[in-house]
Amino acid sequence: MIGMISYLAFFATMAGILAIVVLGLNLQWGYTGLFNGGVVAFFGAGAYGTMLLGGRPELGQFGGYEWPFVFALAGGVVLAALIAWIVGMLTLRLRHDYLAIATFGVAVAFESVTRNAEWLTGGAKGLRGFPRPLEAAIGNNFAYGLFFLGMVLVVLGAVYWGLQRLVHSPYGRALRAIREDETAARSLGKNPARLRLQSFVIGSAIMGVAGGLYVAFYAFVSPQDLAPILTFQVWAMLIVGGAGNNRGAVLGAFLIWGAWTASGFALSKFAPQAMQLYTGSIQYILIGTVIVGMLLWRPQGLLPERIVTRFTKTAAKAGPTSKGAI
Amino acid sequence: MIQSIVDGILTGAIISLGAIGLTMVMHMLRFANFAYAELLAIGAYAALVFDALFAGLLPVLDTAFKPLTLTAALALATIIAMVITGASAVVIDWLVFKRIRAKADALSMVFASFGVALIVRNVLTLIFGHKAQLYSNDIAFAVVLSRDPLLLIKPDQVFVLVAALALMGLFHLVLTRTTFGYALRAVAENPALAQVSGVRLSAMITAVWMIGGGLSAAAGVFYALTNHLSPVLGHNFLLPVFAATIVGGIGSVHGAVLGGFIVGIASGLALMVLPSGYAPAMPFVIILAVLLVRPHGLFGEDHS
Repeated sequence: MIGMISYLAFFATMAGILAIVVLGLNLQWGYTGLFNGGVVAFFGAGAYGTMLLGGRPELGQFGGYEWPFVFALAGGVVLAALIAWIVGMLTLRLRHDYLAIATFGVAVAFESVTRNAEWLTGGAKGLRGFPRPLEAAIGNNFAYGLFFLGMVLVVLGAVYWGLQRLVHSPYGRALRAIREDETAARSLGKNPARLRLQSFVIGSAIMGVAGGLYVAFYAFVSPQDLAPILTFQVWAMLIVGGAGNNRGAVLGAFLIWGAWTASGFALSKFAPQAMQLYTGSIQYILIGTVIVGMLLWRPQGLLPERIVTRFTKTAAKAGPTSKGAI
Repeated sequence: MIQSIVDGILTGAIISLGAIGLTMVMHMLRFANFAYAELLAIGAYAALVFDALFAGLLPVLDTAFKPLTLTAALALATIIAMVITGASAVVIDWLVFKRIRAKADALSMVFASFGVALIVRNVLTLIFGHKAQLYSNDIAFAVVLSRDPLLLIKPDQVFVLVAALALMGLFHLVLTRTTFGYALRAVAENPALAQVSGVRLSAMITAVWMIGGGLSAAAGVFYALTNHLSPVLGHNFLLPVFAATIVGGIGSVHGAVLGGFIVGIASGLALMVLPSGYAPAMPFVIILAVLLVRPHGLFGEDHS
């Protein structure tokens, strides 16, 4: 029973962390129409940044300053935002393809740094030994799992609430306006380049938060944790849930993570011995098929974007008054 | 130093071949196609299959043209692979991109192309396995051209460079001397105006996929011939071919060719000072440098 609950808590913690990433992507893609081909790099920047600042010192290894978790996490988030800012500055003025290619490039470059710069990132063996927040105070492993799940859900809730506020504010409408029609938005005095950059940086910073939580959860990070497939999984989550809908983003994260875990379990259990080396490929094909299939047959996702009606109501109210004036 | 430059030129020729089709597709269909580099892998594996088939059916063909490791079987297989790869590019367009083009924006196309790349790459892995393969088990001996500075070159590499340049020259002639070439350039320049002038857009899109697929297949075979063949071949070339198109300017065929050589040589030189583990990141650095200095590339037009 306890095993079951702790497994469910483990699953939900991971899904919750990924849901935060999906929310960050939703701000970029769903609300602003920006492509991010390097989700894993921003997640990874948060993870490695948090690890370097908050980890334990090791001989010959950069970092390990043992900062308190919250400050280390903030550092990781700043690192993710900084990378996003540099890439965004260079590419957001250009055709959308450039952002796609540059973000994909960031992911490739990030991976080669994590694999090769041993003094900084520990190379292929990664960095271990992160003091998990309040672990000593709670002690019990099972209770700590539940506590961590609670912490992830609180952060997820906060990010969700913040983003809901943001996208339903005039600022959010400006973002959607530049997504729909840049020229029109510009003619209304909005600055598309600046809004895009802000949205891109905020979204990437949110991915960095998730990366920091991930490191605190596993107390370990290596290039294997940041495989390129993570980017695809996160996209699949957003496409399935519904781009432009934050509830859809969270739903998609839990659904796809569930499907991924279940398919991995089923393949490892039922696939013939000779196929075991290739179960990863089968899962990758499934993710690719989900992405392409959704784009072909249900591009709006399970929970489509809802255009807020409050505006039209006010407009309706305003209608008769103006008529009366005539 | 010389060795790095020579190796860079060889890789550059392969990147150029791959980038020609990509720059045309990106310009004509207006989206960054991340599935494009998988065509190199499709081509290389198609050649592997037909090479084995021809060698099995007609053992006469299975003797290498000394000093190359290239056999007549592989040469024939490459031509067939070029056609097959072109056809698969057209089929992928029909199955996925055309439908999405009809109803959604360019961003969805980019996402879809990533999905397609993931599927193609892993289907290849399932069929052919993870491990690296070779067309020929003959050992290709390198010829020492000079001892100081040391310069080694394999006969296959010379062949690949000559063949790649020949293909590019041929395509250049088609583009500049034939009506078909004019039509192709017209569509790339202004699709609406070209259609008014009686060019069928759908036929041109098919033609671009066929040409791009064919050239990519040749690039894939050339790489596999001088190195080895594995399912990540396409993935490894993705960033270099994108870098070549950006360096040259999206839409410029000549720019893509030049860009390919620049990316190849620059990566070769960079590896003299950096550990080889950073090789995959080099094209990204080149992309950033170009975006910083000359965002529209060497021959690109400023559309903004």
